[in-house]
Amino acid sequence: MPSQQKILNTLRNPIAIAASIQNRKRWEQFFIVLGWFSLLVALLTLVFLVSDLFLRGLPMLNWKFFTSPPSSDPEEAGILTAWVGSLLVIFVTAVVAIPLGIAAGIYLEEYAPKNWLLDFIEVNITNLAGVPSIIYGLLALGFFVYILKWGESILTAGFTLALLILPVVIVTTRESLRAIPQGIREAAYAVGSSRWQMIADHVLPYSMGGILTGIIVGISRAIGETAPLITIGALTFITFLPEPPIQSEFPYISFKWIWAPFTVLPIQMFNWVSRPQEAFQVNAAAAGIILLVLTLAVNGTAIYLRYRFRKSIKW
Amino acid sequence: MVKPTDSVVATENEPLKKMAQVRNLNFYYSGKLALKNINLPVYEKKVTALIGPSGCGKTTLLRSFNRMHDLYPGNRYEGEIWLGDENPRNLLQMDPIEVRMQIGMVFQKPNPFPKSIYENIAYGLRVRGINNRAILDEVVERSLRSAALWDEVKDRLKEPGTALSGGQQQRLCIARALATDPAIILFDEPTSALDPIATVSIENLIVELKDQVTILIVTHNMQQAIRISQFTAFMYLGEIVEYNDTMSIFTKPVEQKTADYVSGRFG
Repeated sequence: MPSQQKILNTLRNPIAIAASIQNRKRWEQFFIVLGWFSLLVALLTLVFLVSDLFLRGLPMLNWKFFTSPPSSDPEEAGILTAWVGSLLVIFVTAVVAIPLGIAAGIYLEEYAPKNWLLDFIEVNITNLAGVPSIIYGLLALGFFVYILKWGESILTAGFTLALLILPVVIVTTRESLRAIPQGIREAAYAVGSSRWQMIADHVLPYSMGGILTGIIVGISRAIGETAPLITIGALTFITFLPEPPIQSEFPYISFKWIWAPFTVLPIQMFNWVSRPQEAFQVNAAAAGIILLVLTLAVNGTAIYLRYRFRKSIKW
Repeated sequence: MVKPTDSVVATENEPLKKMAQVRNLNFYYSGKLALKNINLPVYEKKVTALIGPSGCGKTTLLRSFNRMHDLYPGNRYEGEIWLGDENPRNLLQMDPIEVRMQIGMVFQKPNPFPKSIYENIAYGLRVRGINNRAILDEVVERSLRSAALWDEVKDRLKEPGTALSGGQQQRLCIARALATDPAIILFDEPTSALDPIATVSIENLIVELKDQVTILIVTHNMQQAIRISQFTAFMYLGEIVEYNDTMSIFTKPVEQKTADYVSGRFG
């Protein structure tokens, strides 16, 4: 075909080559600019939001704000019950979700027979990660509050958020385990390991960095959750703290706090934002700063742990 | 390169002892026959080489010896692999963990654990519940010496095994296999991922090791088989076409197929 031959002839034509290169480089330039623009939009929005939050909230940030319970007087109101509640709820969430999620991930990836049932479970766990959090709240209200009669307690809240982040922990655990090369597993088996020794001594420690990433993502999400906790009946105004877990008298440890009513930072913020007085808006901004710092602190700890794990393993 | 080994084989005053004997072994990968009626002796403190073109089943046969196929679903063995000379046991009827505790393996690609050099070697004893420091120290040193690696790493046993060069990593893997005093060590093309100099050192090592351990090695390098093995089995399409002492296989093969392969006419 002559027309096809004509096109093929340009393959060695220097002018056609130069034109082609220039054309392709123009597209490249276009996408670099587009990328920069997208990045700028995302970053500027974030900078604007965070600086606005800080400008509004900073005047209120002082020791008293930290150590006072909420009050109808915005000047007197603080976030003591909210941040204590957040920490206790997240603690319960972590204690429940981390071992359950890792164990389920190990079972599904290393032990479960590979068949249609496993595929079915896998698809459903992935879907669960995308279920709206309010649905978890309804489930928890029906199960933990009404059937198990745990009440509107820290325990209920912790379990609810644990259910919420469990799919994330399971999925990232599985992915991290799967990323360990088969050669390492075979090497462990070849020296006479049982399957559990192979997992506990090799696959699990080597994949801890990735698993921690899943935990970070899950916990960060749990800290900011509001809807499911309102559903199960978190209070919006609470002025007393749960009984402290460490006591001065024997047996020194008390678990009464898990049955205590509670509020958390995002609910306290929501409560203040919905008030008409301007002064409460400042309080909400200040609480927002604390929430951000809390999230960063949790993430920071996890990132540090991940760094330590990765450092001890040299591939 | 290494000189052709002392291809002295069965002489009258040095009776051969069998370390293992494969009898009528068939192997199926999810229903597909991959090994057909394999019969093969493995003699004690000798190097037996499995050669043949890609896909002929030599690695499949090797991995049957330490039941690696049991790790993956859908695999099935028929027949027997007898282990031991005095009171042989069919290793296909044993617990795979027990089999692997007696038969070590060195893989194609060096696969040290991302742990310290010391822990790489100590691990085989640790899985058996031996954690006594003095015993571990002794075994680590002895294994590294046997694997000709001690002098290179004795001052950095705490460094990760993965930081070593490719050839050193493979010798570390050999030391790891030696640490638990196995009856047989399986080598699955141990030099195919290494440069020529590292290859020479591994080959020299295998020649030395045969005085203390029985070796079964898969290689696609015929020169290597000549250099290091005393017996050779030529495999083709899942069957052993010919088995004999190495010199006979390469100098006066009986089967036409073997002659074609060892002379480089196919493969």
